[in-house]
Amino acid sequence: MTTTKTVQPPKPPAGGGGLGNAAKTVLRSRWIGPVGLFLGAIAPILIATPYAMNVMTSALIFVMLAVGLNIVVGQCGLLDLGYAAFFAVGAYTSGILATRLHWPLLATIPAVIVVTVLAGIVVGGPTLRLRSDYLAIVTLGFGEIIRVTANNLSITGGPEGIYGIPSLSVAGVDLSNSVVFYYVVLVIVAAAVLGANRLIRSRLGRAWRFIREDEDAAEAMGVHTYRVKMAAYIAGAVWGGLAGVLFGAQLSAISPASFTFLQSALVLMAVVLGGMGSTPGVVIGALFVTMLPEALRGLSDYRYFAFGALLIIVMVLRPQGLWPARTREPARTARRSATFDGEVRIR
Amino acid sequence: MSALLDVADLHLAFGGVKAVDGLSFQVHEAEIVSVIGPNGAGKTSAFNCITGFYRATSGAITIAGTDVTRLRPSAVAARGVSRTFQNVRLFGDLPVLDNVRAGTHLWLRQNVFDALLHTPRYRRTEQVATDEAHRWLDFVGLRADRTGPARALPYGEQRRVEIARALARHPKLLLLDEPAAGLNHNEKLELLELIRRIRDLGIAIVLIEHDMGLVMEVSQRVVVLNFGREIADGSPEAVRRDPAVIEAYLGSDDEPAAETGDHEPATATGDGERPTETRDGERVAETGDGEPSGEIDREAGADA
Amino acid sequence: MTQIIWNGLFVGSFYALVALGYSMVYGIMKLLNFAHGDLYMLGAFIGFALLTSFSGFTATLSLVALLVVLLLSMVGTGLAGVAIERIAYRPLRSAPRLSLLITAVGASFALEYGMRIIAGPNPQVYPVRLGGSSVHVLGARIGVAQLVLIGVAIALMVTLNAMVMRSRQGRAMRAIALDPVAARLMGVDVNRVIAMAFFIGSALAGAAGVMAGSYYGSINFLMGFIIGLKAFTAAVIGGIGSFKGAMLGGVVLGLLESFGTHFLGGQWRDVFAFAFLILFLTVRPTGLLGERVTERV
Ligand SMILES: Nc1ncnc2c1ncn2[C@@H]1O[C@H](COP(=O)(O)OP(=O)(O)OP(=O)(O)O)[C@@H](O)[C@H]1O
Ligand SMILES: [Mg+2]
Repeated sequence: MTTTKTVQPPKPPAGGGGLGNAAKTVLRSRWIGPVGLFLGAIAPILIATPYAMNVMTSALIFVMLAVGLNIVVGQCGLLDLGYAAFFAVGAYTSGILATRLHWPLLATIPAVIVVTVLAGIVVGGPTLRLRSDYLAIVTLGFGEIIRVTANNLSITGGPEGIYGIPSLSVAGVDLSNSVVFYYVVLVIVAAAVLGANRLIRSRLGRAWRFIREDEDAAEAMGVHTYRVKMAAYIAGAVWGGLAGVLFGAQLSAISPASFTFLQSALVLMAVVLGGMGSTPGVVIGALFVTMLPEALRGLSDYRYFAFGALLIIVMVLRPQGLWPARTREPARTARRSATFDGEVRIR
Repeated sequence: MSALLDVADLHLAFGGVKAVDGLSFQVHEAEIVSVIGPNGAGKTSAFNCITGFYRATSGAITIAGTDVTRLRPSAVAARGVSRTFQNVRLFGDLPVLDNVRAGTHLWLRQNVFDALLHTPRYRRTEQVATDEAHRWLDFVGLRADRTGPARALPYGEQRRVEIARALARHPKLLLLDEPAAGLNHNEKLELLELIRRIRDLGIAIVLIEHDMGLVMEVSQRVVVLNFGREIADGSPEAVRRDPAVIEAYLGSDDEPAAETGDHEPATATGDGERPTETRDGERVAETGDGEPSGEIDREAGADA
Repeated sequence: MTQIIWNGLFVGSFYALVALGYSMVYGIMKLLNFAHGDLYMLGAFIGFALLTSFSGFTATLSLVALLVVLLLSMVGTGLAGVAIERIAYRPLRSAPRLSLLITAVGASFALEYGMRIIAGPNPQVYPVRLGGSSVHVLGARIGVAQLVLIGVAIALMVTLNAMVMRSRQGRAMRAIALDPVAARLMGVDVNRVIAMAFFIGSALAGAAGVMAGSYYGSINFLMGFIIGLKAFTAAVIGGIGSFKGAMLGGVVLGLLESFGTHFLGGQWRDVFAFAFLILFLTVRPTGLLGERVTERV
């Protein structure tokens, strides 16, 4: 019982020719992370105008959002249509603490985590018990609640929002220079991407996917689906909230207009286009969604229409997204241990 | 010795339909008990009550002395119960190995920090899960590729994976819902032998099955349901001769009693039943052998 | 007090009209059609286009002309609904639910921003404005136009209810809602019935759009977003999938909002409605008229 004959796997879905296959090989390899980080690190060397730095920093923050939402939608299969709400909760919590109470931005992070977790529990608590459709629309409503509330309260600055948010500084060293700030964000976002990916590849991450695939079967195997969904939802909330902190630090001003349904939908778009569940795919999806409009400035009227149409087209023609998550397990995780004895035991 | 599973006067109603109407039976350690009955008799519903998917209208279900009547399915699983589903329910898009790793979820000691920091414990537990998956796939004799998605496997292999997944939980009690449905003759013989090997590990088995040959061959006791009511409980021989049982089967068009005791497949209903649905009939998994889609309809129609 | 109640009833009848279509589609396909609110917007714009092009003929628009416009807009949105179902939903009927929900979001987006391309980002002023005289009943000021609109809404809903309860098509719809596979086996043309449901549901939303446009006077490409949410809330309150529930839910939501606005201020109206939705789902997820069902395992 040491080796078993393996049947040849069915052929993988047709790729987009040689270049597509080469890209796929890179995307699938374990070097994709370091390669991506390297590309991010040399980008400012190629182009370092303040405008470009700004766009690239925004793109990175958007990557963080997409990776967070990917946990909820791509891994756990829960449709969150109000993801911008957590982005807003994070940005406002840190913005308020930093401007009204003059906390350093870094110190607001624990508070942001606490508040986003609470927000996640409030929204997820009642809805995660229900059919997933309800979650979709309740989160949509929640997004509106947060935006309208921010618009109406005085502590959030009403429609004008909060301005004068200090930039990040560590031990008194100001990091607000646009290139420096870009690198700080790069490191944080890289850590966030890595962290999300590690969660995905753990016992918890597997449980998320079990729920996505078949909630009843997951439950039958002892997965407490409610708690595990809650964990996904909260993880997504925390990622979104932390991205919000970066957002406030970048712009030094936030207002309700930044946290509309449009924002939520764009993040969702990134996740779906990239290939739900696949981390490299989602990162590329996020870059695509943020960079494309920059490239198509003149067509701004058409771009959201195009995004909507694209969502339909992708779902109908290529539901696995542009860079699908792999369904084949790599040999390195499928290996038996050296001491494998094949004996079965019931504990 | 007190029973491992004790079902006492179980009732379950859906509106006016009494799916289970006063079922009582016990299962002891390392015992194989079959539950049989015509289509719609309430066998699956009884399983769903035991495993927490349906909430019993009344009655009590006890596992190793603890009352599990009102627990959610994952909590019942945590008490040492594993099951398979009548329509194979694998995690279709996930690798076969991952499917079986699901069985380790309850006992794999790994937390979020292990995962984030890739601690030695993370590496160790991941390897344990992988080894465990291979072990049970070897045990059920899976010959197909294990790294590919589960839905790519032929139907018979999917059934094996589902059993491997249930075993990786290390259950004390295993509930199998029509494991032989849709298997060919050889596969059924292998299943018979597999069920015995599982029992030899000390696991008690409750088997819902339409294939009388298999039932008579493997069970120590047989419980017979008809219209939700229990009409017999006894040894295979006793049940086979029980007039009430013969009556139930003859009275129903579904299940010719003449075939009872015949090892060759399968009754009209058991044979060729290859449900290809995964959940709610939404997603249809191709089982690779081009079953006519009428099968799906039959299946869902029969449930209605 | 009576004024608050009246306002609630008036707004509630709009919600009910939109919620009906939402609930009908959900009942049959178990799909949350996010684009439903945008069909309301589409109806308003079709009505706008018709009225603008007709205004040459009829300088003073009679009520009859308005009704004709209403009917034409209903047909237009109905067809749009059918087209959306055909293009975006039907190919995915057996796909995972998540894909379907995402397509629905895509359809909603495409409708909103497609309309923005056609009509521009700014609000349009409706060529007719129902205003005019009002009567006083028990201290509430009730506009004649409001009465007419409520009348139309009730007429539409009653017609629909009668159709679904009595006609063959209606029976087929209910059969599909109960068990699509069995319904197909019994010879029900599932595609046709679903198309029908989309037509009716969308037409009702379109009607509500025209009515809202002619009452409030201003329309824009995002006007369907909030109403879609509200309609869903109403459908959930009533018990999603249930016709009477949708109507009841609409009225209840309208009243709740009316009181909420009165006591908390108008700016909190939407927050109040959605917070109530979340609360309601916690306490009674099946809605006022919905039944608990055990999903098959
Ligand atoms: N979730 C449910 N809602 C309503 N009725 C149900 C539900 N589940 C089962 N039933 C009904 O309960 C009865 C028993 O069904 P069950 O599936 O338990 O039968 P079974 O003995 O497993 O039959 P088969 O041999 O066909 O699998 C049937 O009449 C069925 O329609
Ligand atoms: Mg059954």
